[in-house]
Amino acid sequence: MYDVAIIGGGVVGCAIARELSRYHLRTVLLERFAEVGFGTTKTNSGIIHAGQQTTPGTLKGLLEVRGNAMFDQLQRELGFGFRRCGELVVASTAEEMASLERMKADGEAKGVPGLEMWGAQRLRREEPNLSLHLVGALFAPSAGVINPYEFAFALAECAVQNGVELRVEHEVQSIALRDGGGFRIHAKIPSGPGAVPSGPGAVPSGPGAVPSGPGAVQAVPDAASATCVDVEARFIINAAGVHADKVAAMVGADDFTIRPRRGEEYLLDRRLEGIVTRLIFPVPTPASKGILIIPTFDGTLMVGPTAHDQDDRFNVPTTTEGSEEVFATVRRLCPSLDARATIAEFAGLRAVSDTGDFIIGPSRVPGFFHVAGIQSPGLTASPAIAVHVVELVGRAGLPLVEHDGFNPHVAPPARFATQPHEVRQALVEADPRFGRLVCRCELVTEAEVHQAVDHGARTLDGVKFRTRAGMGRCQGGFCTTRVMQILSRRLGVPFHEVTKRGAGSWLVIPMAEDREAAMTEAGATTGDPAAGATEEAPCSDA
Amino acid sequence: MFGRMNRRYDVVVVGGGPAGLAAALGALDSGVSRVLVVEREPEPGGILRQCIHAGFGLHHFREELTGPEYAERFVTQAMDRDIDVAPHSYVTGLAVDSSGHRLVRVLSSRGGLATVECRSVVLAMGCRERTRGAVRIPGTRPAGIFTAGLAQKLLNLDGYLPGRRAVILGSGDIGLIMARRLTLEGCKVEGVFELMPYSNGLTRNVVQCLDDYGIPLHLSTTVTRIHGRDRIEAVTVAPVDEAGRPDAARAWDVPCDTLLLSIGLIPENELSESLGIALDVVTGGPKVDSTLATSLPGVFACGNVLHVHDLVDFVTEEALRAGRFAGEHARQIRRPRDAIALVPGANVRYCLPHTLSADRPHTVYMRAKTRMSPCILRVGNLLERKLRFVVPAEMIHLTIQPELLERFYEDRLQIDLLPVDGGGAP
Repeated sequence: MYDVAIIGGGVVGCAIARELSRYHLRTVLLERFAEVGFGTTKTNSGIIHAGQQTTPGTLKGLLEVRGNAMFDQLQRELGFGFRRCGELVVASTAEEMASLERMKADGEAKGVPGLEMWGAQRLRREEPNLSLHLVGALFAPSAGVINPYEFAFALAECAVQNGVELRVEHEVQSIALRDGGGFRIHAKIPSGPGAVPSGPGAVPSGPGAVPSGPGAVQAVPDAASATCVDVEARFIINAAGVHADKVAAMVGADDFTIRPRRGEEYLLDRRLEGIVTRLIFPVPTPASKGILIIPTFDGTLMVGPTAHDQDDRFNVPTTTEGSEEVFATVRRLCPSLDARATIAEFAGLRAVSDTGDFIIGPSRVPGFFHVAGIQSPGLTASPAIAVHVVELVGRAGLPLVEHDGFNPHVAPPARFATQPHEVRQALVEADPRFGRLVCRCELVTEAEVHQAVDHGARTLDGVKFRTRAGMGRCQGGFCTTRVMQILSRRLGVPFHEVTKRGAGSWLVIPMAEDREAAMTEAGATTGDPAAGATEEAPCSDA
Repeated sequence: MFGRMNRRYDVVVVGGGPAGLAAALGALDSGVSRVLVVEREPEPGGILRQCIHAGFGLHHFREELTGPEYAERFVTQAMDRDIDVAPHSYVTGLAVDSSGHRLVRVLSSRGGLATVECRSVVLAMGCRERTRGAVRIPGTRPAGIFTAGLAQKLLNLDGYLPGRRAVILGSGDIGLIMARRLTLEGCKVEGVFELMPYSNGLTRNVVQCLDDYGIPLHLSTTVTRIHGRDRIEAVTVAPVDEAGRPDAARAWDVPCDTLLLSIGLIPENELSESLGIALDVVTGGPKVDSTLATSLPGVFACGNVLHVHDLVDFVTEEALRAGRFAGEHARQIRRPRDAIALVPGANVRYCLPHTLSADRPHTVYMRAKTRMSPCILRVGNLLERKLRFVVPAEMIHLTIQPELLERFYEDRLQIDLLPVDGGGAP
């Protein structure tokens, strides 16, 4: 039996996993997708907020400021992309300036460092491309931009290296209370074509990895298409994001509901780099911090997000209306931005709870802890949330004995593209795979793709978010088959079983097999190579 | 020799596709002996390697070849004539040293990060496909959306089908070819949807790839939404008005598991841009003089990196010329600067080269902005030619003889495509 099972491998679950890995504990992190950070985290705006915008007196407000202060050390330890570029909340009227003054006072009371009011002149000098009708701004130097997926990957890798067991493609179906205490979690794992092979070893275990003891996990062969496993744990931390209310309801701890709020983001061509150098916010409304201009860590410009509630927890489309809303809004802040500069668009879901604040702490079911409703500023707060929740679980009886071997560092990936000539030369000499180009737009080499697999990538998207292969101008036209070949070799699966992002997201069909199938089968659905993985599996509850 | 890369050459060619191979041969023709072709793929041939259909070489060889056959003829010649080809290699930069030599930085697993010295460089990097981001289709982001060229590579080189039920957006030639290819392999093609009121592919491809197989071509229609969570499940398509705005009221859904994009090609000029070479905003390729020299001395360009061609035969012709001029430059033969600017006029989207001289015949390539039938091609007041029709998808070529230019004393020559009186200009 595990001491703790964390449900949900988003940035919050990963931060908790790393925090727990400081102690002598057996911890398992269960993630429904093929890799960590593939839900809300991957589509996050990537902002580390300064903290002056959140209502004082809330848990959000407290953990946001605390979290922000932790990022310099985290960046040194984990090596993800992060830069404190500062943020400007800009005002276009005297009333808005007055509300920024109030925001400044609130922020200072919460301990937000370095806040300054800027008049129109200063604003124009510092950000000359902003609209001329703006009358001033509140400057917060401690705000920053981050690659949120890199942060989640590094947190998970660090946790695994320190003994946490990561189980991807484990979709929790039900949770039962065990006689004698603790929980039995019933999770579905996919199998068959189109499914990514799952189980231990998803991320290579570090030196301190704890092997799963007998009886900890039992594979229950179920229907032909899916398998279920039981995972037993004394404590559960529910970090299931937009599904947190469903998971809570499995143990009768349905203290809240989650309504997903969709946000659309538009990534602009690199040519626009430098149009703004800081995060640009409008004056916020109660529903949202508004639609912003984000100078991303990678040097592109991103605009968004929108904020629209929806019931669907899986389909996250971008829309024509969303695009119009985003560009109409940001053009009021920066008139030279144009929808035609868009190179990619995506949308994500915020996990908005009905309480309006973070829900962190014990539920009415002893041993079951909520970390729910983690919408903005959840990414900023995540490391502070992890410290906070571990402390609460400790108070509830989890023995927190630090182990000396905790290694807070993970080696940052070697990036060929950003190195000077001499370093490139040395890299190629040390490993000839640095001499083989995989992605020509972002100059990603074969060595880096292998490195990404070593660090846990198992899908095309996993490689893309770790190496940038496929993120450039040709959007994978050149590198897709190359990355698929490497994944196929490294994962030991046929080429056609490599997926975009896990079960159901199949990419190709082998031709010979298809000819056979085309002759013997008539219906379109029966021939679907991913049918086994996408069908609702008849898993029996424990 | 295949796989050999020395430290010093007369001419280095960037890219071993049809343009690069012909440029290398052209350089040899001019009298130099040391030529290197740098190719990022494991073998030369470029995009032709995956174009297994016939229809290549009708102009150049006066016979019908498949893509690999066409490429093979050049690869064989290159090998026979002792051109060096460095496969799996990629040019990361270019510098000029104090003695005027060009230093080409080549990344390869065998040679590491090598510097190759030469006198002339020919850019022949080809082009890439426009992607979903460029046309901004709203909806989800599932697996199953491929550019037509990537699908062609998966099918013809790797042996995998992209799916079983496909929708093709855009009627570029690769999309049309792929409609037929997928149909032959048992994938149902639901239709080709084209935003414009005309096809962007060659007429012969519309007939041979769509009409012959009963695949519908929906003109003035586009994809307005992508559906599906993990794998694409359907697209919404809608007719568009004259301004290209979709009419949501007349939209319908097409179930599919695959969406192929054949929405245009972009010359691949990241290297050229990094070198500060002046580009033409219309073609997306370098500005070149009548020797196909770019704004950077000793650097030449040809093929799809210069402008997107529709027939490889013209790529070959252009690249042979570029190679010859690059070879001459390596031998330090200098020609006088061009004195005449060639500029696009009425209904001409672009024309190449950008400048002309009066000392030799010139091949001029151009594209029309819109369809015109019949049409008069007018070159300043020097030449008028009647054409049966012009369409944007089919490149127009023309040879201008030096005798014409001898009597031309202006510095600017304009090319127009004009309607014939009473003709059917739209």
